[in-house]
Amino acid sequence: MKLKIWMTMAAALALGVSASAANAADKLKACWVYVGPVGDFGYSYQHDLGRKAVEKALGDKVETAFLENVAEGPDAERAIERLAREGCKIIFTTSFGFMDPTIKVAAKYPDVKFEHATGYKKADNVSIYNARFYEGRYVMGQIAAKMSKAGVAGYIVSFPIPEVVMGINAFMLGAQSVNPDFKVKIVWVNSWYDPGKEADAAKVLFGQGADIIVQHTDSTAALQVAEEQGKLGFGQSSDMIKFAPKAQLTANTDDWDPYYIARVQAVLDGTWKSEDTWGGMKDGMVVLSPFTNMPDDVKKMAEDTVAKIKSGEFHPFTGPITKQDGTVVGEAGKPLPDGELLGMNYYIKGVDDKLPQ
Amino acid sequence: MSEQLLSIILTIITASTPLLLASMGELVAERSGVINLGVEGMMAVGAVSGFGAALLTGSPYLGVVAALVAGAALSLLFAFLTLTMVSNQVATGLALTLLGLGLAGLAGESFVGQPGVQLQKIHVPGLSDIPFLGPILFGQDLLVYAALIIAAGTSHVLFRTKAGLVIRAVGDSHQSAHALGYSVAGVRYLCVMFGGACAGLAGGYLSLAYTPQWVENMTAGRGWIALALVVFASWLPWRIVAGAYLFGTITVMGFALQAHGIGIPSQLLSALPYVVTILVLVVMSGNKALTRANTPACLGQPFVPDR
Amino acid sequence: MRLVLEKRAEHSAKMALLSPIIAIVLTLITGGIIFALRGLDPLAALYVYFVEPLATSWSIEQLIVKATPLALIGAGLAISYRASAWNIGAEGQFTAGAILGAVIPVFLPDLQSPLTLLLMLLLGIAGGMAYASIPAFLKNRFGTNEILTSLMLVYVVQLLLDWLVRGPWRDPQGYNFPKTVAFSGWQTLPSFQLLPPSVGPVYVNLGAVFAVLAVLALAVLMGRTLKGFELSVQGLAPRAGRFSGFARNRTVWFCFLLSGGLAGLAGICEVMSTVGQLQPGISPGYGFTAIIVAFLGRLNPLGALVAAFALAISYLGGESAQVALGISDKTARVFQGILLFYILACDTLILYRLRFQGPAASLVETRT
Repeated sequence: MKLKIWMTMAAALALGVSASAANAADKLKACWVYVGPVGDFGYSYQHDLGRKAVEKALGDKVETAFLENVAEGPDAERAIERLAREGCKIIFTTSFGFMDPTIKVAAKYPDVKFEHATGYKKADNVSIYNARFYEGRYVMGQIAAKMSKAGVAGYIVSFPIPEVVMGINAFMLGAQSVNPDFKVKIVWVNSWYDPGKEADAAKVLFGQGADIIVQHTDSTAALQVAEEQGKLGFGQSSDMIKFAPKAQLTANTDDWDPYYIARVQAVLDGTWKSEDTWGGMKDGMVVLSPFTNMPDDVKKMAEDTVAKIKSGEFHPFTGPITKQDGTVVGEAGKPLPDGELLGMNYYIKGVDDKLPQ
Repeated sequence: MSEQLLSIILTIITASTPLLLASMGELVAERSGVINLGVEGMMAVGAVSGFGAALLTGSPYLGVVAALVAGAALSLLFAFLTLTMVSNQVATGLALTLLGLGLAGLAGESFVGQPGVQLQKIHVPGLSDIPFLGPILFGQDLLVYAALIIAAGTSHVLFRTKAGLVIRAVGDSHQSAHALGYSVAGVRYLCVMFGGACAGLAGGYLSLAYTPQWVENMTAGRGWIALALVVFASWLPWRIVAGAYLFGTITVMGFALQAHGIGIPSQLLSALPYVVTILVLVVMSGNKALTRANTPACLGQPFVPDR
Repeated sequence: MRLVLEKRAEHSAKMALLSPIIAIVLTLITGGIIFALRGLDPLAALYVYFVEPLATSWSIEQLIVKATPLALIGAGLAISYRASAWNIGAEGQFTAGAILGAVIPVFLPDLQSPLTLLLMLLLGIAGGMAYASIPAFLKNRFGTNEILTSLMLVYVVQLLLDWLVRGPWRDPQGYNFPKTVAFSGWQTLPSFQLLPPSVGPVYVNLGAVFAVLAVLALAVLMGRTLKGFELSVQGLAPRAGRFSGFARNRTVWFCFLLSGGLAGLAGICEVMSTVGQLQPGISPGYGFTAIIVAFLGRLNPLGALVAAFALAISYLGGESAQVALGISDKTARVFQGILLFYILACDTLILYRLRFQGPAASLVETRT
């Protein structure tokens, strides 16, 4: 029975503590849900940098909290709802698999603002946001075609979702604009995060004649292999130049800072509206890290393309585009509509791989 | 063509070595009658300790030592709980995995995003430059050779020395071993710690040689595969070498086939190592006498001497 | 000085009840120290961890949701392990059940009647059983070790699920994202009010009812029937079991079909409630956590139910601590590991007495 008394005392004390904490907090609480650990130095890490940027920019007007390693599946809805119950006024759910749980919880908490990354379902209090990663991948394709002596790139990918397929196509469109015969070899590792497997795949691809590695997985492993073997490659999510000072040409990085700051600020100002944001280089959401390890003419070409994409003069998916099966999509001179890009499940001509249908 | 084959063989060696190290350690622990399901956790702690020590001292070899010590230290905790406190081995091992992954994550918070110190491959002038065979036989990092030496040593000690006889006796019949005057707990403590040290080394191999970096969850389930390989090998050291290399080979061949663009669903290729392991084991289980003779009879059973 | 154990003459009933309490007290003290070292108020932290999951009707609901699959799977595994049938692959059987049950919404989305519900649940059980029958068959026919086969088959079926939801079973309206159509109407589990609004309200879904029923049925099976006795004998002394004419092959089949069927039921219940569709991730490792649940519950179905709640509390407590105290998910996992260690170690006190022995004493041979 002693235990019970002790527990009651503990409870009473704790209640006192949390009550006093609540008084101090007239701050806006902004919260995040991550699918991976913040220590992945990849996708979740970048989102967490965004959270820290919010803390820094908005100072004592906000406080933040996050849940990491939340598996997509049974735990997602509870995790999101917990944040809503804990007084979060705006909640960013940063993985595709959180889409339906976000919509469900949002219906129960109409006063809380929700922001879901990479999905397609909106509601009055649910915005969606994503980055146009394909813009960076087009430029990477151009660089690869210029820099590759073999004319073959190795491409390491996680899972066949539209965003990844879009990335492969953008890369190849860029490469073909420089070298129409450019080839790509694709390896699916069926994991977002397994450094060992990514390294294995990179070694196999180099062994089969590729001399540049591209990845749509999160770790630095493939680039480290490129560095070790004196080959070239691109970073993903974060700038990985420290891991491969002689191999990294550039990295396709996500910069969520400006978006997160703007959205939290909008809640503070009372101007938050449900929106659909698909930001690219123009908005500073997709940033190519400094071009390194390449001659000046290649650098200039890359910089020109970036400038054209930023100004809106050029769109990587400008029609007509020939699919792998020979059919043609898009109107001449016009970009493919966003809706079509978001659900992309076909390869363009020149990609030597089959998509699961 | 030989260029391609060479790169595939080198990749297979790297992919198989951590599995080999971890399962060899677990084999010794299980031969003494203790099943430790915490391999994944011990590997993670080994990986972060090895990475950290190498980063702080600049020496990958000190990293290797740190990985070994850290794995052994964590297994000591397991040994205390299961041998001294005779807690349930299966459940304690699973809890050790939780604890190990958590501890590794905490310890590694400041290492994220830092390039590590790589354990270099050796270069023997002349020998390493022999085409094809040179890089395979004389151009690996030290842990690749260490893993094979540990395998040979384990096989020798277990089946050719008195110490091995005692270990097997403790695992097969702890009552008789105790009656003969051997310290069952003492032998098991040492075997569990050997297992921990090997798991730590396997983790260190990941963060120092395989992919010189630290990230959370970088063990990615290899500890579980290592556990399965012990069973696959019917508790025989040389079969562990075969099993680890078989598993690594099929994984890497899956990537090689994909890169050739053969159009098989990648999920099927990813599933192949597991399916083939099962099939090979089914074929081998024909020899029931051999399996039964090598399965430690006291595996997982607690022992407290009557006094 | 040396720590030694001394066998008690019989099970200590007092210790059976006391040991979890000692474990909790030790955990509270250790936890308090850890939190204090991390610069947190230990009392507040412990409150968040252990009391908050029980403090509101919402958190109790969540606790039941989390404990349901653990109890369902854990109870089945407890029986299997009691009979020394080592099914490590419940996670795979969980997935197989979810896949087979999902055949209805994927291929007959318009089939809507109470029968749909029943059919999906039965298919879920059948899926789990069918998948568990592979290691059982290989064990009986070829003597293949079931630990390896059941574990390896987990990865295989997870990749099958991955292929299905990205390929043939993909929702045609889902922008090619990896998921099936959303389950609706009778394809989801009905829920009902457990506690009235005056105390709650607390809603639970049908899965929780199945879990309680399964646990009770298995407790009766083990405690009151010959079958239960047969299973225990086989586990304790396989040779004696053979002499008494109990067929080992039948026991392996029985255990795998039972534990696989329950895991399959847990799987289909999960996709019919919390997940609401088939997608690549449908389980945060329930099938593996349930192994701890089975042992923590001392391989007893009722114990598994209690253990399922204990683990659910430690998960939810860890989650609320992340939000309320800003401690990381890693600290929560370390804490969970320590809690489990204490519980497991304290269970020893039921069978043994702890003695500190001086060096001199250990030299004296004493026989009792």
